[in-house]
Amino acid sequence: MGTLIDIQSLNLYYGTFHALKDVSMDIPEKAITAFIGPSGCGKSTLLRTLNRMNDMIPGTRIEGQIAVGGTDIYSREVDVETLRKKVGMVFQQPNPFPKSIYDNVAYGPRLHGIRSKGKLDEIVETSLRSAALWGEVKDHLKRSALSLSGGQQQRLCIARALAVNPDILLMDEATSALDPISTLKIEELAQDLKDRYTIVMVTHNMHQAARVSNQTVFFLNGEVVEYSDTEKLFSNPRDQRTEDYISGRFG
Amino acid sequence: MSTRGKISGNTPNPFASRRGLNQFNNRLFTLLVWVVGICTVLFICGLLFLILQKGLPKLEWSFLSGLPSEIEEGGGIGPTLFNSIYVLVISLVISIPLGMAAGIYLAEFAPDNKFIAFVRICVEGLASVPSIIFGLFGIAIFVEAFQIGLTILGGAVSLAFLNLPVLTRVTEEAIRAVPIEMKNASFALGGTHLQTILRVLIPVSLNSIITGICLVAGRAFGESAVIILTAGVTTSGEMWDFSLFSPGETLAVHLWYVQSEAIVPDATEIAEKAAAVLVFVVLLINVIFRVPLWLNARKTRV
Ligand SMILES: Nc1ncnc2c1ncn2[C@@H]1O[C@H](COP(=O)(O)OP(=O)(O)OP(=O)(O)O)[C@@H](O)[C@H]1O
Ligand SMILES: [Mg+2]
Repeated sequence: MGTLIDIQSLNLYYGTFHALKDVSMDIPEKAITAFIGPSGCGKSTLLRTLNRMNDMIPGTRIEGQIAVGGTDIYSREVDVETLRKKVGMVFQQPNPFPKSIYDNVAYGPRLHGIRSKGKLDEIVETSLRSAALWGEVKDHLKRSALSLSGGQQQRLCIARALAVNPDILLMDEATSALDPISTLKIEELAQDLKDRYTIVMVTHNMHQAARVSNQTVFFLNGEVVEYSDTEKLFSNPRDQRTEDYISGRFG
Repeated sequence: MSTRGKISGNTPNPFASRRGLNQFNNRLFTLLVWVVGICTVLFICGLLFLILQKGLPKLEWSFLSGLPSEIEEGGGIGPTLFNSIYVLVISLVISIPLGMAAGIYLAEFAPDNKFIAFVRICVEGLASVPSIIFGLFGIAIFVEAFQIGLTILGGAVSLAFLNLPVLTRVTEEAIRAVPIEMKNASFALGGTHLQTILRVLIPVSLNSIITGICLVAGRAFGESAVIILTAGVTTSGEMWDFSLFSPGETLAVHLWYVQSEAIVPDATEIAEKAAAVLVFVVLLINVIFRVPLWLNARKTRV
């Protein structure tokens, strides 16, 4: 497994607040990397630096380097839209557009200039299949996405993200608004997808991290405390703070 | 007999009385809302019915398309009805794009500073300025500065100014009401700001924007003060006069004119019929502007 995302001495400030402190890590490709840590420790912030969604928050300042596939994504030549096409994101709350199921999935490809009906049909079908939703919705693609259940909506959002053919999929607590069955479905889905995509997920659920991820990063107050193979981190943590956290003693 | 009854009889239930009072208040309030609601609806329907019932039965095609007469009976409203629609269309063609653009700018691009806050207060203030002020403004521009006299162009542009602040406000509010999550979803898929505005923000807020457009269109159609001052109380006396520089009396102004100034013997009847037409067209405008919404809704349901 090669490294796909290479983060070096990253510091991020929201105004004067120092949210990420000297973060460095290598995220391997075609694997699932989980970010865990107590609320407010900067997991979402780090995730948003990877597709530059932080750019839209006024007063954010970044130091250090993030390279994706060897390219510094904060360099001048980088086109943010192209970057976001390659680095998809799934949010905590399912956020489908109030459009049809079809139009939701086709939204991204259309943004990037795909007009042909046949091509769009094909993309919509493969994306929905990849997101394990095709069977449930194939007969009513024209129905409003808002008529789906929460779990289905979240899988639709995953399909929508896959439709632009990204290399990386960022999932920010993508299952925290869902029931256990939907959560399980999405976890299985992540397992399937990791053969083709590099997945970075934030989760509050330690069992989830332990179940699905290959690597786990534990954060505390904007710093990386421990980063290792998931199995090792949960069975034999190096740092006392990690052990306290995973055994539920704080956080 | 049962112990149960005894207990509740001896120890007053601490929840019972409050609950009873709340229940009573709740019922009273519900009743009040219903009564007021029904009264209002009845009043509005009655008003509509009265206006339409007085005028509609007597309507003939010759009245709708005929020329107005100054002295004799039987004058029509053709040119004024035409002017009303013509002026409305021109004013909307000017004010909808400008108002929406300004609203989108304020919601999406404007920096968050004192100056923009001041601009917002001005827009809000302008939205509630009496229409006659816009009429005076129209006179100052078209009659005095450009010296083109009382014209359809002057009337339409002044009406557009009248509607601009409301449209700006409505659009800004509607765009702001779109959940940030939807914007983020579009950006995260690699959408540009423009694409996000065109494909997410406007479609999602279209319902509110169209409601706003209906309101201003109805107001513009019935507006008289601005038209009297900028387009005059006469028509060119011809049907289908598309010239922008003709005098542009509209139906609402004609209604006022026949009731207060004209010497035709059938003034009252003309006024009744004109009022019915006015109300009918305003209703029609509301229906027409909703068509895109229905089409939009049909696309997602099926
Ligand atoms: N837009 C913002 N402006 C200012 N400060 C922010 C902003 N977003 C986050 N922060 C701060 O940065 C820190 C990290 O936030 P972040 O959202 O990354 O935490 P998190 O680890 O994702 O927490 P959670 O598990 O609750 O989602 C927090 O202390 C938060 O208050
Ligand atoms: Mg978070």
